[in-house]
Amino acid sequence: MDFQLSDDQRALRSGMRDLLDAVFDRDRMRAAVERGGTLDRSLWRELGAAGFFALRLPEEAGGVGLGLPEAVLLFEEAGRALLPGPLVATHLAAGLVEGAAEGEAVVTAVDGDLPVAHLAEADAVLVGAEVLAGEPLRAFAAAAEPVRSVDPLTPLHRVVAGRTAATEAYSGAFPYEGALLTAAEQLGSAARTTETAVQHAGDRQQFGSPIGSFQAVKHLCADMLARTEPARAAVYAAAVTGDPVEIAAAKLLADEAAVRNARDCLQIHGGMGFTWEADVHLHLKRAWLRAAARLTAAGAEELLAAGLGAARPRSGSSAGPGGGGPEAGAGG
Amino acid sequence: MDLAYTEAEEEFRRRLREWLAGALPGLPPKPSPDDWPARRAYDTTWQRMLYDAGYAGLHWPVDAGGRGATPTQHLIYLEETERAGAPYVGANFVGLLHAGPTIAAEGTAGQRARWLPPVLRGDEVWCQGFSEPDAGSDLAALRTRAVRDGDAYVVSGAKIWTSHAEVADWCELLVRTDPDAPKHRGISWLAMPMDAPGVTVRPLRTLAGSTEFAEMFLDEVRVPVSCRVGAENDGWRVTMVTLSFERGTAFVGEVVACRRTLDALADEARRNGRWDDPVLRRRLGRLNAEFRALWRLTQWNVAESERTGGVPGTGGSVFKLRYSGARQELYEAAAEVLGADAFDVDREWVLDRLSSLSYTIAAGTSQIQRNIVAERILGLPKGR
Repeated sequence: MDFQLSDDQRALRSGMRDLLDAVFDRDRMRAAVERGGTLDRSLWRELGAAGFFALRLPEEAGGVGLGLPEAVLLFEEAGRALLPGPLVATHLAAGLVEGAAEGEAVVTAVDGDLPVAHLAEADAVLVGAEVLAGEPLRAFAAAAEPVRSVDPLTPLHRVVAGRTAATEAYSGAFPYEGALLTAAEQLGSAARTTETAVQHAGDRQQFGSPIGSFQAVKHLCADMLARTEPARAAVYAAAVTGDPVEIAAAKLLADEAAVRNARDCLQIHGGMGFTWEADVHLHLKRAWLRAAARLTAAGAEELLAAGLGAARPRSGSSAGPGGGGPEAGAGG
Repeated sequence: MDLAYTEAEEEFRRRLREWLAGALPGLPPKPSPDDWPARRAYDTTWQRMLYDAGYAGLHWPVDAGGRGATPTQHLIYLEETERAGAPYVGANFVGLLHAGPTIAAEGTAGQRARWLPPVLRGDEVWCQGFSEPDAGSDLAALRTRAVRDGDAYVVSGAKIWTSHAEVADWCELLVRTDPDAPKHRGISWLAMPMDAPGVTVRPLRTLAGSTEFAEMFLDEVRVPVSCRVGAENDGWRVTMVTLSFERGTAFVGEVVACRRTLDALADEARRNGRWDDPVLRRRLGRLNAEFRALWRLTQWNVAESERTGGVPGTGGSVFKLRYSGARQELYEAAAEVLGADAFDVDREWVLDRLSSLSYTIAAGTSQIQRNIVAERILGLPKGR
């Protein structure tokens, strides 16, 4: 058993981090906030060229031929960097919607009765297994109403009721993969807000000492790491097994880590954390949106409950004791 | 990233499983928790069986009499023995997981030859004399003093929370050998024979009703200087070696056990109708996520220690912090599944609920673990 990143996986992750540092640094992120979260098409194409969307397409189909574990590492980096856009939907649409794999097309998705992200810019919309593009998409978008989005990096539209029914059933590998990649973004955000909080706690002086020397602050930081690391283990393991119950665990813990850590990070920043200038509100708002998307806490907990009990089927020893639940064919 | 075990690891698992299936039916019946002589006999019988089968000191180095197993093999061992319902390490805990590894790492050749084989065979039981009434979390504030008199130390003081003290042969004892040095620098690590004149043990009753541990009073106890492990006044460093073993893998088997308990709780709730309560059902679902993640984190930490080749590090503090809280949540949920039966101490899980309260205190409180995580992993400044 070697449940560690391979050298190739480390290289992939650091390559993605370098790319995002170069093309989406803090200035560009804040510029994206100022223009209301609209997408930078050239950046989208750069992501496509780097294999972000085509990562899991087979090489013979023009993809990179890697698996869910590698995809999870890229989405973790995207979450760290607050990279905006319907990243998960476009990644899932690679090979399904023309141009998605290359980053030429922006593909968003309808998710239950949630407002739809980046609808005005989308070249296609996934509605369950259906793809809307061209004239039907224009009609769909024309009937939608813009929402004043809580997250300045994610423009939202409320869409016509009835379109959403098809997405309610959570079956097949596709929605689980979407949930896992969303969990990976949450993980990246949780790790980033932990680092930001620790940095601030070490710098900020009060009562003649860095606030990080006070236990009250120290313990908030320790709890942030104690949320992030189990969530990381859950996300990486789910990427290896592809097991829906394990993905539900990953989503639940990563959502909680992202939301709670952003709130603790805000608390540690004090009044400065409550301002628009601090980035922490951007992490919190995205984390809220992602937590509501693609498997909510209630849905995940029900799936996890259904996976309990001695009568449940057991997977092999590699999944560990009590490992169970139906196997999805989505392992990396 | 790989969760599959190698063929050699699976072979190790198969042979262990076969041996367990044959060995466990031969065990005597489980003793009552308050009958310490019977508990000692039960635990050391099991240890002797492990020794004869070649599983004793699995993760100890070969030159200390162990098997030199990899961390992954040790993980498999803990997983399989728990799954098979084998006895816990029990009265051999301190010898196998604390004192033994410490003597293996820091002892002289003579000390290793004297103390390690009897631990592996189950012939001698150890207890831990670290904590004192005024030195719990602030362990280095300990006051038990040892004054050199010829070839012996004369030891006087009091220790507390000493598990297995009533039946132990040896005590790993921290004493102050230099009262004038800074508090971390004047401590020495001694192996004290429990039958020495001047040692008095008084059992303490826990809130769970059992006599799980004891107070120990030391009145001019003579301990040979040859029983000191490590240099005089270097005991704090030796102790840090010991503690890294304690937090490393001590809880692996328990995570496996918690997952079995959670499955059993779901079965019980389905049987008694409480499963229809969505709040309880979702609570159990959330605990499933928690213990799955803790298991995966264990595998991650084990693979990491295998990769780096070191003793288990501070990552154990993140695990312990999260696990100790989760274990308490598990038995709170169990009480809800039990309903009115949650007040009957003879009912399954009720004693576990009581004993789970110790988990955020023992082996370093959660507050101390948070300080360790914040200072040693996150690098925040030491302070108040």
